[in-house]
Amino acid sequence: MEFAELIKTPRADNVALHRPFHAAVEGTLCLTGHHLIFSSRRHDNAEELWLLHSNIDSIEKRFVGSLGTIVIKCKDLRIIQLDIPGMEECLNIASSIEALSTLDSVTLMYPFFYRPMFEVLEDGWSSFQLEHEFELLSSVTNEWRLSCVNKEFSVCPSYPALVIVPKSVDDEALRKVALFRHGGRFPVLSYYHKKNGMAMLRSSQPLTGTNGRRCKEDEKLINATLRSGRRGFVIDTRPLPVAQQARAKGGGFEQEVHYPQWRRIHKYIERFNILQESFIKLVEACNDQSHNMDRWLSKLEASNWLTHIKELLTAACLAAQCIDREGASVLVHGSEGTDSTLQVTSLAQIILDPRCRTIRGFEALVVREWLQAGHPFQQRCAQSAYSNSKQKWEAPVFLLFLECVWQIHRQFPCSFEFNEQFLIVLFEHAYASQFGTFLGNSEHERAKLKLPHKTMSLWSWMNRPDELSRFQNPLYEANSLVIWPSVAPQSLQLWEGIFLRWNRPSKFLEEAEEERMNIIKYNKELQAKVNALRRQLAEMETNELVQEEP
Amino acid sequence: VENVRLLDRLSSRRAVVGTLYLTATHVIFVENGSETRKETWVLHSQISSIEKQATTATGCPLLIRCKNFQVIQLVIPQERDCHDVYISLIRLARPVKYEELYCFSFNPKLDKEEREQGWKLVDLNEEYTRMGVPNNYWQISDVNRDYGVCDSYPTEVYVPKSATAHIIVGSSKFRSRRRFPALSYYCKGNNASICRSSQPLSGFSARCLEDEQMLQAIRKANPGSDFIYVVDTRPKLNAMANRAAGKGYENEDNYSNIKFQFIGIENIHVMRNSLQKMLEVCELKSPSMSDFLWGLENSGWLKHIKAIMDAGIFIAKAVAEEGVSVLVHCSDGWDRTAQVCSVASLQLDPYYRTMKGFMVLIEKDWVSFGHKFNHRYGNLDGDPKEISPVIDQFIECVWQLMEQFPCAFEFNERFLIHIQHHIYSCQFGNFLCNSQKERRELKIKERTYSLWAHLWKNRADYLNPLYKSDHSQTQGTLHPQIAPCNFLYKFWSGMYNRFEKGLHPRQSVTDYLMAVKEETQQLEEELEILQERLANLQKSQSGDNKVKSKQQDRSKQSGLYTSNNSLANTPQEYSHDLKSFPSRSPSQGDEDSALILTQDNLKSSDPDLSANSDQESGVEDLSCRSPSGGGCLPSEDSGKDSDEAVFLAG
Repeated sequence: MEFAELIKTPRADNVALHRPFHAAVEGTLCLTGHHLIFSSRRHDNAEELWLLHSNIDSIEKRFVGSLGTIVIKCKDLRIIQLDIPGMEECLNIASSIEALSTLDSVTLMYPFFYRPMFEVLEDGWSSFQLEHEFELLSSVTNEWRLSCVNKEFSVCPSYPALVIVPKSVDDEALRKVALFRHGGRFPVLSYYHKKNGMAMLRSSQPLTGTNGRRCKEDEKLINATLRSGRRGFVIDTRPLPVAQQARAKGGGFEQEVHYPQWRRIHKYIERFNILQESFIKLVEACNDQSHNMDRWLSKLEASNWLTHIKELLTAACLAAQCIDREGASVLVHGSEGTDSTLQVTSLAQIILDPRCRTIRGFEALVVREWLQAGHPFQQRCAQSAYSNSKQKWEAPVFLLFLECVWQIHRQFPCSFEFNEQFLIVLFEHAYASQFGTFLGNSEHERAKLKLPHKTMSLWSWMNRPDELSRFQNPLYEANSLVIWPSVAPQSLQLWEGIFLRWNRPSKFLEEAEEERMNIIKYNKELQAKVNALRRQLAEMETNELVQEEP
Repeated sequence: VENVRLLDRLSSRRAVVGTLYLTATHVIFVENGSETRKETWVLHSQISSIEKQATTATGCPLLIRCKNFQVIQLVIPQERDCHDVYISLIRLARPVKYEELYCFSFNPKLDKEEREQGWKLVDLNEEYTRMGVPNNYWQISDVNRDYGVCDSYPTEVYVPKSATAHIIVGSSKFRSRRRFPALSYYCKGNNASICRSSQPLSGFSARCLEDEQMLQAIRKANPGSDFIYVVDTRPKLNAMANRAAGKGYENEDNYSNIKFQFIGIENIHVMRNSLQKMLEVCELKSPSMSDFLWGLENSGWLKHIKAIMDAGIFIAKAVAEEGVSVLVHCSDGWDRTAQVCSVASLQLDPYYRTMKGFMVLIEKDWVSFGHKFNHRYGNLDGDPKEISPVIDQFIECVWQLMEQFPCAFEFNERFLIHIQHHIYSCQFGNFLCNSQKERRELKIKERTYSLWAHLWKNRADYLNPLYKSDHSQTQGTLHPQIAPCNFLYKFWSGMYNRFEKGLHPRQSVTDYLMAVKEETQQLEEELEILQERLANLQKSQSGDNKVKSKQQDRSKQSGLYTSNNSLANTPQEYSHDLKSFPSRSPSQGDEDSALILTQDNLKSSDPDLSANSDQESGVEDLSCRSPSGGGCLPSEDSGKDSDEAVFLAG
């Protein structure tokens, strides 16, 4: 297919661009296969806006006389308005944008066409290998092994080719366990707590069904992670009634009789469509132009967004608490084990593991616990809060995770190597990107699409020294402790950096951020100067001594 | 009373046993056992309510709520003891004479001269000179020199030059409590001014020539403008209701060239109830997000804060952008009027956003113009209907502005919190009584100390590290966003959940940056010394040069700055399900605590407010320590920080 076919009017002049907190700008609008480009005609201060079609969530058009107006709502929650003279031009442009922003074939997406303008210093596709993780693990324990039972993605299509499992369980047993777990997602190691040797596993629900089916290998697998005489916790992200109902559809939960060493805790985390609705309502509230204070708070409350944040953080803290404080191993799952499960396991690691609070460590966490663990990014992030399509597989699961990280970050502003901008960029790229990292729903799909060969990795770009400096938190001081966030409502705030990003004046906050950077930069410069001078002095003084002595 | 248990509000499992002491000025709880013997001090004047709850098997619970939003829950084993404590506290918390208040016994061991110097720190004459009055348009009037015209006004008031004594007195007779229009803020740049008064006694039709002349005079004092705004900060309905009582508001037809404007800020009773409702929300035990947000909305608190801000924004805009003078009043002109004038001044004049300037602002708009501190904050036992968080709201408005303009203020959040604390503490004489007249009669300046001097002495603790006097945010007028801006107003947990440390960010960016800045300063000094030495060395070339330099070890200790990490090491109760789980070993957790950074590195704040962090129990710390004015406790108790020694010395 040629993109040109979809572009009836590639260019329009005298277009006015309106954005909140910016004066309207007049300029030229161009459409290309993947971008909407607006460039102002002012020569003194030419301004260009490049918008990926895939970033467009919805588009509305209206006419006043022959002046057409297009309102474009983006997946990063920005809203822009374009006034286009000429009814036909406007209609053409609107329909082109609509077609180009809803291409259904992955291989037509921009990452397959994008040619980077930077030199690749490190190929992000191979930056975070499970082998490397396993090496680190092997240096502290020999109870685990790397299994390639899923080499062909045949045992579990949503798992990566390599997984870490208890050493005592062989591949044959894993195949059996896979048959006992929803979607073949048998329990695998998610995190090993070096401090006390406790492990966090994740899986999907067991397929016990109504007749209480059991699987000896499954029991053996998860028991292999327990110290003798100790018990473990199963954290089920569904409420008990839902877990019970799941039995009718062949699913279920671990029953005490068959798992006597495990205690089950149900911590409800809301799923797909409810989250998507909550997301839509929250964004609506944030864009509400009315002046009424009461309406704002009740809309914020009615969106339930912060409730979801609180629930999710609580569940993650609970998992971390079981491991660190109770000295117990933990198995986390919901139904499929691809959404709430990953939220809990990855957040628990943020709390427990200082490495996950560094830039590379966090990237590794996203790769390990989200991309490789088979979170269906392409489905979940197909549309954002402005979409009218409302498909049931769309949900801001990853965004919720990022926001929880931000909440912890806010409570421990000196314990993270990255800054808020880093999290915002990950949010943007999960929804629309020139990089292939978040395409596809699993490693299997990514392998089939040959993404590592055909597209550029987000990490190749983010980890370049120039870019990295934008993501560094100037206040960072490595903190080796477990960090326990508060989950009280007073401690949780709306993530303004995402939700109010486009409708609040940010100048003063940016100035404050700059000031913080300056204070620390100046301090470091002075330190370097003082150290250099000290060295110089010391040298001169020793020289003197040498001269004096003879 | 011995064997009293102090409960942790967030978790009933965490309680400490100790001894309760009642002194003439404080309630003191001292923990048993532990080496630190942690103490909790509460001033009687901070106590807002005491509640005796039904006796249970473990004892008799006593709930003490404080005006600085601390809540203390005690369980006393014997019902009789509890009753005695309850009765004594009720009496102690409600003094009837000013002389019973703490400031008359509080002695920071400063000599007479130092005390007098302290009171001179904030000088209003200086302030009016700074604003640029008296000048061609404004003069100082001595019409109120013996408080003869208005007993709640200061003796020295600034009025338009064309307003004669006759006009002033005439106008005062037409105003509630004779609070005639007087200058609050003068804008040197464009001659526009903010004046304040009480409501006119207009009823349905009454007029007063002198009052009309007075407003005319205010307009004339700003030659660049042909009208003035008259801002009535009440809701229109309230103002209309006042007409039936012979009061009311200005009729635009009777006054030439005024533009009249209502700005609906609710009265003190609505505000008191609103705060009450919000505090109930803050006190909820493990509330859900919905409980909290719904309760916050239902309290209406943030709506009221926004109303005050909106009024301030309106006035600041009129003065700065339109160059029009504004007369502000409410009913008596000492509550809403004070709030609105000071919020507007704060936006208009960068000076008020400095530490010194902020003290001046409170002294000018609140203290000198007769804000009824004693009635509003219940220092002496009085009518509970007079109590209302009027200045608390102003302080919150400042905080809301600080959140929007992080570089604009010289002081930090802690400064605001400590001022709020001392408005209720009665430890310093500044906020005693209801008017300047009463304070003079009581000889406050001779018998008590000034808070401003105390805060000024510790100003290093109150600095905003982001403040730079040449930064764009510190210049000129602040323009807060008007609409849509609801989401800009946020719940201030640093104030209302102040003692629940577990709810706050565990690491303070402000403290971190202050520490960095301090280090930077030391580095600058060292750099200078090193450069000097180097120059000398190069000059002399021989070894006779013996410049001794301060050998400082500037190597960064890891974690030098990070504060309160200890809190990080105790999880909250994330699930009650865990209770029954048997495998918990008691020694767990020690390992983490051992890693904690020394508390000495923490910038200690005002000693009576600084909380000693308990590294084991972490999540919450109720300790509120106070300089021991009562002197009932031996001072060798460990854990006293150095600042406190200042008060104990001698």
